[in-house]
Amino acid sequence: MSEPAAEIAHQFADAGQQRDAATFGMWIFLCTEVLLFGALFLGYTVYRLQNPEAFDEAAAHTLIVAGSINTAILLVSSFCVAVAVHLAEQGDRLRVTLLLCTAALLGALFLAVKAYEYNHKIHEGFFPGHSFHFAGADSRGVEMFFVLYFTMTGLHALHVAIGVAVLTGYGVAVLLAQRPARLTTAVDLAGLYWHFVDIVWVFLFPLFYLVGRAP
Amino acid sequence: MNPAISQAPLQPLASEPDYLRSAQTLGSWLLTTDHKRIGILYMISITLLFFIGGVAAALLRLELASPAGDLVASATYNKLFTIHGVIMVWFFLIPSVPTVLGNFLLPLMIGARDVAFPRLNLASWYIFMFGACFTVFAIVAGGVDTGWTFYTPYSSTYANGAVIAMAAGVFITGFASIATGLNFIVTIHKMRAPGLTWFRLPLFVWTLYTTSLILVLATPVLAITLFLMALERLFGVGIFDPALGGDPILFQHLFWFYSHPAVYIMILPGMGVTSEIIACFARKRIFGYRFVAYASIAIAVLGFLVWGHHMFVSGQSVYAGAVFSLLSFLVAVPSAIKVFNWTATLYKGSITFDTPMLYALGFIGLFTVGGLTGLFVAALAVDVHLTDTYFVIAHFHYVMVGGMVMAYLGGIHFWWPKISGRLYPEFPARISALTIFAGFNLTFFPQFVLGMLGMPRRYHVYPDEFQLLNVLSSAGASILAVGYILPLAYLLWSLRYGKRAPANPWRATGLEWTTPSPPPTHNFAVTPTVNEPPYAYETLDEPSRDYV
Amino acid sequence: MTSTRKNTLALVVLMILLGVTLEAAYLDLGVLHTPAAMLIGLAKAVLIVLIFMRLRPSEPLVMLAFTAGLFWLLIMFTLTLGDYFTRS
Repeated sequence: MSEPAAEIAHQFADAGQQRDAATFGMWIFLCTEVLLFGALFLGYTVYRLQNPEAFDEAAAHTLIVAGSINTAILLVSSFCVAVAVHLAEQGDRLRVTLLLCTAALLGALFLAVKAYEYNHKIHEGFFPGHSFHFAGADSRGVEMFFVLYFTMTGLHALHVAIGVAVLTGYGVAVLLAQRPARLTTAVDLAGLYWHFVDIVWVFLFPLFYLVGRAP
Repeated sequence: MNPAISQAPLQPLASEPDYLRSAQTLGSWLLTTDHKRIGILYMISITLLFFIGGVAAALLRLELASPAGDLVASATYNKLFTIHGVIMVWFFLIPSVPTVLGNFLLPLMIGARDVAFPRLNLASWYIFMFGACFTVFAIVAGGVDTGWTFYTPYSSTYANGAVIAMAAGVFITGFASIATGLNFIVTIHKMRAPGLTWFRLPLFVWTLYTTSLILVLATPVLAITLFLMALERLFGVGIFDPALGGDPILFQHLFWFYSHPAVYIMILPGMGVTSEIIACFARKRIFGYRFVAYASIAIAVLGFLVWGHHMFVSGQSVYAGAVFSLLSFLVAVPSAIKVFNWTATLYKGSITFDTPMLYALGFIGLFTVGGLTGLFVAALAVDVHLTDTYFVIAHFHYVMVGGMVMAYLGGIHFWWPKISGRLYPEFPARISALTIFAGFNLTFFPQFVLGMLGMPRRYHVYPDEFQLLNVLSSAGASILAVGYILPLAYLLWSLRYGKRAPANPWRATGLEWTTPSPPPTHNFAVTPTVNEPPYAYETLDEPSRDYV
Repeated sequence: MTSTRKNTLALVVLMILLGVTLEAAYLDLGVLHTPAAMLIGLAKAVLIVLIFMRLRPSEPLVMLAFTAGLFWLLIMFTLTLGDYFTRS
């Protein structure tokens, strides 16, 4: 979809350059996010290698049903955004809005499930720090697991919350905009971000929910 | 003369007013998206912060003039070196050349009207200032005594003071770095003028590119590391505290994964500035241009493989230590390539010793000393003796102050006519360059000797036999201080009384010199086309050449 | 294949992979437990990157950003774990 000249910022020569620059910039941003989360995954790896049994034991206490439902929610939500990006390029604004808002709603649902989980964990005494309480043998290792659990899923949840706001914002904007074409790139970029958030969860899920389930 | 090679013509005198005069309200500065104005905003901010860090340094050297701890208490001394380190590293050295000269020059050098994301560029300055406010608040609110490295579990469990506020300042500022790096990478890839291929780029652009690479790839890891430290402090959990099952070495791995490459953030742009100046004042093409360009990439990549050399005595595995030591030696190769190529550029050049050239030559000499002593501390066994002594202090000041600050000042002088539209007074400028060079060496050379003799860093008292060398060092610091205040005075003076600068006072190559001084808001009235290699000084200086 | 069909197919495969990884979590795989889970996670990530994010090897700049992130992650893991695995 070509954009009229008025939509091109002064520093760019043409719409193609403007779009490519924005897309490239978004991918670089995602690259920084890879390293941001990557450092936490490294922390997980180091501490799990040091406390293998404690991590197995601790992971058995996370809510696998909630985790699995949340995985499914994010996958469907990502799918909605992928289709929305495709339809935005064809100018189907009503369906774009519907899909983006559905994706945002699913994101909100994800956060609700997450809140339920956190609440559950805190009630069971798994919140790290002074109130942490675990009767088993290796409570230090179990606490470390939950430090990582709360930090990593918490940082991820923050990303989801930002994503929900962004998707809702663009969903509404596409419907109301005088010239929705100028939002095509923005929707594409928001989609890239949302898929990235999905990918992070795809790795968090096995590390925090699937460990220690085998007999 | 090859007709295909021609310097891009001077830009027509624009109908548009220059960027300084286009609008003069405070709002027009605070809401500007013009990369040149953002560069100026950064210049003012980091100059102020430099003087905060400088006052802390002055107090440190004053205390160390006598062996007894008679000026400040030891706790105050610890806070002073933390302030000095944090401010100088994150609020002066890292932003210095990239955000001031880089912001100002990058679009001009590549023939673009602005960076790719001007609003993100402005946002980066606000984020930077927000972080700076936190840090200044932390200083006022009682200070921090952890040292700039925030080592755990001291920082997270035992240290008093505003640790979280200061770490938050650094954390926030990191996002300004990321925004700048991202912007530069996209700008260099996507915004180059027609014909400006990668190997026609000025070497300064190459170094900005590699610096940005480090900013983007390393800074997120620092952010998360400080975040974890703050969590540990806030919630009393043991992420890095061995008493609670954590591993302090992991903090050091993550911290140095950022902070060692950050050293190259602090030197690569200085190397770029030096390449520009050396070529111009030797009137020669940079010898082995491609090697110098590739060396920047090599330094940026290899710089990520060596962080463990900060941890030789930390309890890291000796095998890892040996690998990190070996890899550290490899970084010397591209660094040496640069030094040799600059030297070869000087050979048979028509050299003039204007102020920027004095700084550039100072850079080469001092960086060489700093780099070679880096090999001492990269050697596993030698480092056991030298760790945490004044040898290390002298080594990295030779690189960061002798290298980066010299290059920054050289660059400020070289491009001052373009930035301000005025010429600075040459005589006091040369005097100050020589003062800085002399003061610097007097300050830091004795510290090599002190370190070899075993004087540890971070103590405010020391045995009597170290006094002579310490007094020399403190005397040097006072000379250095004069050298830094002088440029501030005459550069400000020149804004009003300096001679008006022509478009290209140095007869230099590069697209930035084809614009009027100071450039109009949108830089280029006509998009330039480039069809010659960089640094074509030999063809430029041919007598038959119709120049300007 | 139209874009929507491609996306739908990807979603179906992703859901199947979710089922597989759940199933595998309860099998007695011994030490292969986590590697298996991570491999399935990797498969999901590849699908998302290639289909949903439309990463194409023909776009060199995007590939550059993508591979740089992964390469530097590899550096961080390799050298740090290199220390942990060789401690005496």
